[in-house]
Amino acid sequence: MLYGYGSIVLQGTLMTMALALLSIVCSTVLGIVGALFRTSSNKVLRYVAWAYTGLIRSVPDLVIMLLVFYNLQILLNAICELLGIPLIEIDAFTAGVVTVAFIYGAYMTETFRGALEAVPRGQIEAALSVGMRPVQIFRKVTFPQLMRYALPGFSNNIQVIIKATALVSIIGLVDIITVTQQAGQATQHAFFFNIMAAAIYLALTSGVMFFLSRLEKRFNLGVKEALL
Amino acid sequence: MIEILQEYWLEYLGVGADGKLSGAAMTLWLLVLTFGIGLLASIPLAVMRTSSNKWLSKPVQVYTFVFRGTPLYVQLLIVYTGFFSLSVVRETPLLADFFRNGFNCVVVAFSVCVCAYLTEVLAGAIRSIPSGEIEAARAFGFSRYKLYTKVILPSALRRALPYYNNEVVLMLHSTSLAFTATVPELLKVARDVNSATYASFSAFGIAGIFYAVIAAVLVGGFRLLEKRSLVFLRPYSAH
Repeated sequence: MLYGYGSIVLQGTLMTMALALLSIVCSTVLGIVGALFRTSSNKVLRYVAWAYTGLIRSVPDLVIMLLVFYNLQILLNAICELLGIPLIEIDAFTAGVVTVAFIYGAYMTETFRGALEAVPRGQIEAALSVGMRPVQIFRKVTFPQLMRYALPGFSNNIQVIIKATALVSIIGLVDIITVTQQAGQATQHAFFFNIMAAAIYLALTSGVMFFLSRLEKRFNLGVKEALL
Repeated sequence: MIEILQEYWLEYLGVGADGKLSGAAMTLWLLVLTFGIGLLASIPLAVMRTSSNKWLSKPVQVYTFVFRGTPLYVQLLIVYTGFFSLSVVRETPLLADFFRNGFNCVVVAFSVCVCAYLTEVLAGAIRSIPSGEIEAARAFGFSRYKLYTKVILPSALRRALPYYNNEVVLMLHSTSLAFTATVPELLKVARDVNSATYASFSAFGIAGIFYAVIAAVLVGGFRLLEKRSLVFLRPYSAH
């Protein structure tokens, strides 16, 4: 099947899925932390987060990817030398996760910031007045509502992240793109394998979008929707 | 960074001695060309997308779903490496010549992709026009053609401006993919500088600054345009 490239294509697909999943998790964590920084009362934290999102979002992801990919190792070597520990070598997968998470963390930060600001102030004041600690307020009051407000933007970001993982093949990761390109060249059926790569990506993005729209319904339980 | 900028700034700008487009000039040309084609094609498609006739709206919906759900890089590879492997394309001299050129492939792939995004943006703007405006035009006896050219499209194209602003920056970012099809745009220059000097931070950093400046100028320009064209949507002020 697939001119004998079935298992290799499957491996490439799994690689892309692993990359996408790890990047989504890391960028979400980064996004929530970034959003807390951006809305923090500390001026320094606010400026750091502002500079981070502003810089990242004005430069193409591919440029940042190459910038990080070529310099991460140099930076890591310098740190290792400074600390006197043996050199750590990073592979294309680690570099891919770090760069994609770093880039889309900025987009996530903006999404979560918007959601944080949408949580009514009165509720936070009420939580303070009954003596909840800041961590408690975040966990019990802000976060559950944050998810509801953030989900539409969040699912859009996830679709963009899945599509952005295609770029990691440019810095040498053996993912769907690399595998299908190689298979296409070897079998002279490049068009077939290219269409297959596109179909796999479409299946991944639409599957995730379907799941997230269900989740959106779940988080919106108890909120009245106007009938149009 | 300063020395590299001093040595290579002409290459980055793309106004080299041979008069061929490259660097930032190439990036801008790609952006204008693909965004222009996409915008023109998106107008009839958006009208079809919002039509109440299922036979018109469904095919467009499938088109935007497929092209917005797959990475642009994959679409570019289909056009650049995929088409040429088809014997139909290879044996037709006109098509073979066309798809052998990396620039043509990039323009085709980018325009089709950006058109899908712009179609959805414009369709959204058409839907956001208050129904009263359209009913009023009907009451005045506007023909269907006049209704679209005099009422719906002028209003929708203006309402879509803030989203176009977004899309144009995303498209600018996407043009950096063109180097994979051997088009000598900004990122290709940065890679050449990187392999010539091994100063990868400066080489890509300068490219990043160029992109950021172009994006800032575009956003500023669109803001001005929005200010002028969206006056009719501004709430009345009391004083």
